[in-house]
Amino acid sequence: MTASAPLGIIMLCHTALPRAAQVARFWLRAGCPVVLHVDRAVPERELEGLRADLGSEPLLRFSPRHRCEWGSWNIVRASQDAAEVMLGDFPEVGHVLLSSGSCLPLRPAEELLAFLRDRPDTDFIESVSINHATWIMGGLSEERFTLYFPFGWRRQRWLFDTAVEVQRKLEIRREVPRPLDPHMGSQWWCLTRATLQAILTDPKRPRYERYFRRNWIPDESYFQTLVRLHDRRVENRSLTLVKFDRNGRPYLFYDDHLQLLRRSDCFLARKIWPEADKLYDFFLSDQPTRLPPVTPEPAKIDRYFELAEKQRFEGRAGLYMQSRFPSFDTVGTARTAGPYAAFSGFEHLFENFEHWLGQVTGTRPHGHLYAPDRVQFHGGAQVWHGALSASGAIRDYNPYMFLTNLLWATRGEVQCFLFGPEDRLPDGLVDFMTHDPNARISVLTGAYLLPYFRGRKVDGDLLHHIGEMQRREQAWLTILRSRWVQAQVEICSLGEMLADPEARLRAIIEAMDGAAGLSVHGLPALRPMEGFDRYLVQLRDKGLPPAILKEFQC
Amino acid sequence: MSVLRQLRLRSERHRKLLRKLRKSLSLRARVNRTDRIRTRDILACVTLRNEAPRLPYFLDYYRAQGVQHFLVVDNGSEDGSVELLEKERDVSLWVTQASYKAAGFGIDWQNHLLWRYGAGHWVLTVDVDEFLVYPFCDSRPLHALTDWLESQGRRSFAAMLLDMYPKGPIGAQPYRPGQDPFEIARWFDAGNYIIHRNPLYHNLWIQGGVRQRAIMPETPGEAPALNKIPLVHWSRKYVYKSSTHMLLPRGLNKVYDESGGELASGVLLHAKFLDMIVDKAEEEMTRGQHYAGSREYRAYRETLAGGQDLWCDWSSEYINWRQLEILGLMSKGDWA
Repeated sequence: MTASAPLGIIMLCHTALPRAAQVARFWLRAGCPVVLHVDRAVPERELEGLRADLGSEPLLRFSPRHRCEWGSWNIVRASQDAAEVMLGDFPEVGHVLLSSGSCLPLRPAEELLAFLRDRPDTDFIESVSINHATWIMGGLSEERFTLYFPFGWRRQRWLFDTAVEVQRKLEIRREVPRPLDPHMGSQWWCLTRATLQAILTDPKRPRYERYFRRNWIPDESYFQTLVRLHDRRVENRSLTLVKFDRNGRPYLFYDDHLQLLRRSDCFLARKIWPEADKLYDFFLSDQPTRLPPVTPEPAKIDRYFELAEKQRFEGRAGLYMQSRFPSFDTVGTARTAGPYAAFSGFEHLFENFEHWLGQVTGTRPHGHLYAPDRVQFHGGAQVWHGALSASGAIRDYNPYMFLTNLLWATRGEVQCFLFGPEDRLPDGLVDFMTHDPNARISVLTGAYLLPYFRGRKVDGDLLHHIGEMQRREQAWLTILRSRWVQAQVEICSLGEMLADPEARLRAIIEAMDGAAGLSVHGLPALRPMEGFDRYLVQLRDKGLPPAILKEFQC
Repeated sequence: MSVLRQLRLRSERHRKLLRKLRKSLSLRARVNRTDRIRTRDILACVTLRNEAPRLPYFLDYYRAQGVQHFLVVDNGSEDGSVELLEKERDVSLWVTQASYKAAGFGIDWQNHLLWRYGAGHWVLTVDVDEFLVYPFCDSRPLHALTDWLESQGRRSFAAMLLDMYPKGPIGAQPYRPGQDPFEIARWFDAGNYIIHRNPLYHNLWIQGGVRQRAIMPETPGEAPALNKIPLVHWSRKYVYKSSTHMLLPRGLNKVYDESGGELASGVLLHAKFLDMIVDKAEEEMTRGQHYAGSREYRAYRETLAGGQDLWCDWSSEYINWRQLEILGLMSKGDWA
């Protein structure tokens, strides 16, 4: 018997054996006995390589080999066997730590030894009662203990799912042997000799084993449940940092996680990518002791992986790109990257409307983005943010993505623009905006008539033109007044606006946080309207629907 | 209907596989070092013609990322490309004088090499002027990415083409062999990409960028496709359908999420717009071996030779992959 440190390390290895050897040497150097379990699937040649690599070490043992498939009972058996070797061969061991071949110690061994020396009777194991275990990633919780699992989840997924469904239908329930109270938690624990011994020598062990053998993922429940029978003091946490993705796969750590891992409050981390040279070199050397200590900030690590999760499943709103392409008709969620305001008809009624709008709201309003010839960017620019071209042809090639691109490229700045039935803007785009919670759409109905009133004489061609405009406006209004509107829509007729322009404009501008600007700059001047009602009468008499005139007069 | 469609796609794939076999007859192995390829090596597959000045940087760039072997088809180079390539220990070289156009713009030859040597490997199919940028490429080798993709059950990885260009007339900054092309072509268009979904092959069809903005603003529909799926865990059942824009079976083209999330993706920085392009455009016009009657090269000749500046006030200057990810051109997905 060789004198040893009071901490024994069990390592379950199946790939990247040279890395496991490196970590084993780290523990051996600190005087900790190591028991290696090498998966039976590993070829003999590789195992020989590992043995040769490690050489003969008085504190090193190899435990009986099992084939450990993911989530199988054999993982528990391998742990049990290795623990028996550990407890039998090294009487000075007070704590046993279960780790894997891809775990990496984050702190000097002495620090862990000192930590455990101060807590000689404490078991460190994540062990959560299934009544509270809402943390499980995409899997069964209570049913892990009450159903049968004859099929593998990874290899026979269809059979697995069907078997679960059938048992649910037939209400099959296995009984949990008394006095067990099912608990679950991370597979990686650090238990005291007393607790481990009690679990291994429990007279009812064969009975419990028969039961757990049929459980799903028993490596996450066997020790976690039994520890509750025998413990004196359990700290319900693992000393090993593991982060799982939504599919229950552990995140890998790479070289660039070095600073992140230094902020962990755990003693080990898994899984480490085998080729992460920097991590292995750093943490297995004496560097962590030589550098000034960093304050642990485990929340920072959680946040890091939560953000990754969020990016994968929610993504960045309003972004359409090669690996995120949600359908344009998704209901209820933002279709664009940020708030924007679209105005129809206002510029025909008020002098210099865009300029005024820019002043009161502090934005850079565009003209008609969908003007027939070209895009009227703010200030007549040829190119805008994101290198968006003012070419009408490019815009018309995909008018939807023109808008989503503009809003993505200018996120952080509210976009305002003008539109109207005279523009080249498909009805579908009005529909798109109407169902976008980011949109604020203000429409002054009938205002499209004002340019005609100011410019041209009435003749047959013009009437045809105006009729077309009216039809488009009607189509848009139907969309804007539909029941499923997500945007903030404001519709008023010319007549209503003229009745009280101040109140109407104030409401719109205040909703855009422009109250202060409004008090400084006041209201825009009305453009001359003399004779407009006579013009409407004239139009009506030429054969245009009388509705327009009525709307204006009311 | 869907069964019929699937049968149609399958027969299309088989035809494509037969076609590449036929077209491969014109390939002559110049140096075949494929016996050096080890089981888990990442391979690159390239077709080229007269690219000697670009080759040194190209090879070093991908070696540094972790590509272990290059499968190269040389289509009648006369500028020493062949001599340069056959010296490299990690290159296997085939030569052919056959028509580039008749070989599906080279894709038939590549399909054949991928079928013959690529199965079971992660293979990167790129041109000599395309440089892959993927999440964490400054700290993690390509192997880390392919390991992770494999663990996620993914077989293909998207990297759209991002056209890079210099500021000022294109001839003003000549390129030296071995030089990082992005010292010169440092600029790109960040946010003017237009996407349509292809209902039959399920790939996204991306157009836009500087070529649409500055070279063909009046005919945007003719702007070249920028969607690419260059990195694939190859199987003998797979074929590239047209260039590396799409594959069959079409499941490989589903490199995007449709419910709002983001899948991991990269970018192929495209170093096309260097001074060499002016001569190249001239040559390609006479050869007529490029897509759609080489209309793209005609447009280059008309604009670039005249000294047109591709740069605009809203061009972005390239920094690193994180910048491209913030701009939304690529994504980490949940690769943390």
